[in-house]
Amino acid sequence: MTMYDIKALYEATSVPNAIELLLEHPEAQIIAGGSDVLIQMREGKRAGKELVSIYGLDELRGIRMEDDGAIRIGSLTSFSHITKDPIIQKYINVLGEAVDKVGGPQIRNIGTIGGNTCNGVTSADSASTLHAWDAVIELTGPEGVRTLPIKDFYIKAGVVNLRPAELQTSILIPRESYEGYKGHYIKYAMRNAMDIATTGCSVNVKLSEDKKTILDARIAYGVAAPIPIRSASAEAAAKGQPVCTDTVEAFSQAVLQDIHPRTSWRAGKEFREHIAVVMARRALTEAIQLSGGEL
Amino acid sequence: MEHKQYKLLHCTINGEEVETMIDVRASLTDLLRNDFRLTSVKKGCEVGECGACNVIIDGECFNSCIYLAVWAEGKSIRTLESLLGPNGELSDIQQAFVDETAVQCGFCTPGFIMTAVEILESGKEYTDDELRKLLSGHLCRCTGYENILRAVKKTMYKRLGKEMPQ
Repeated sequence: MTMYDIKALYEATSVPNAIELLLEHPEAQIIAGGSDVLIQMREGKRAGKELVSIYGLDELRGIRMEDDGAIRIGSLTSFSHITKDPIIQKYINVLGEAVDKVGGPQIRNIGTIGGNTCNGVTSADSASTLHAWDAVIELTGPEGVRTLPIKDFYIKAGVVNLRPAELQTSILIPRESYEGYKGHYIKYAMRNAMDIATTGCSVNVKLSEDKKTILDARIAYGVAAPIPIRSASAEAAAKGQPVCTDTVEAFSQAVLQDIHPRTSWRAGKEFREHIAVVMARRALTEAIQLSGGEL
Repeated sequence: MEHKQYKLLHCTINGEEVETMIDVRASLTDLLRNDFRLTSVKKGCEVGECGACNVIIDGECFNSCIYLAVWAEGKSIRTLESLLGPNGELSDIQQAFVDETAVQCGFCTPGFIMTAVEILESGKEYTDDELRKLLSGHLCRCTGYENILRAVKKTMYKRLGKEMPQ
């Protein structure tokens, strides 16, 4: 095999330039790190397409704390840079842990969090944690900048809320989403590396000062539905409840009211339902312990 | 293809500044192998899964098969060829792969060794589990990995000036 079957490649020099290129070439596909797009090209799915490369836009890399306390993650920040980042480690370490389970080391150096969310797949290791932390997606397009909650960004399998000539420029975690919370992510896969999640589960909790009550609990899944989802029933079953094994059990059983996994070649629906409950139990237990609670 | 699209690329390859005209459809693997004859960069899966084409770009490892050559603009790239001494002497990590029989068919070896170089140059001491994870982006169908792990571990302790725990 030789060259990629690229019809034409346009390299953006800035965000406004990327938007101009996307307006000029409405059929073009955006390429960030390429670890999905180039593979799809090899498979023939995106063969013969025009590409607008945003890989060179260093302005979209890096993590910083905004004045209002929101954590801003540039969409082109690689998984490995997220894991190594001191702000992530201090405030939302679970996100660094989750993206450290993507593929293998070289993939984590090229893969970007923006690409991981824009491809709209349910199995993305970053997606469940971003859902569980009420992340906000920032999009920049011909009409300017808009933001929307991540749950509204995902429309259906493989489809996200990106308007023509628009690109994702940042992912924000508002202060109220992370302050006082600790979380844990579990990826269930067949191999420890270079594998796609059979199911992924991200849980975080906020405990009362005396560590006896769950003030808030949030849970999101990958591969429990066509797109990443939260389990409102589980969250309601834990919110305001005492920190004890009964609460953990009620929380984990309640997820079955909200998830609807399917049977695929990776795993059956019944198996996914079974592990979803086990993962909820283990992830909540871990998140409680990380918060200083005792079970 | 109605027309071919080319770009003048400037980058540093194994310490040497180069300028070359490239087809924008080329992967970095194509560039390194075809234009610079750096054949340590192997073509394995060509979809970023096996690690045979792994090279170091600005200090981090990348599968060059899924890295567009145009993205190398201004970057510094290192391949296995850069590890040899002036008279073709093997580096410590290459010698360790020989000594530990971490090589059988040899196809995965250059990729593995470049990841090992990134690990070793971090100057950190890693546990076996950490090393396994750091090496997990490479497939080897011959050795069963244990000898590869031992070669990297042995060199890590040697460079740290520490005794390797039994």
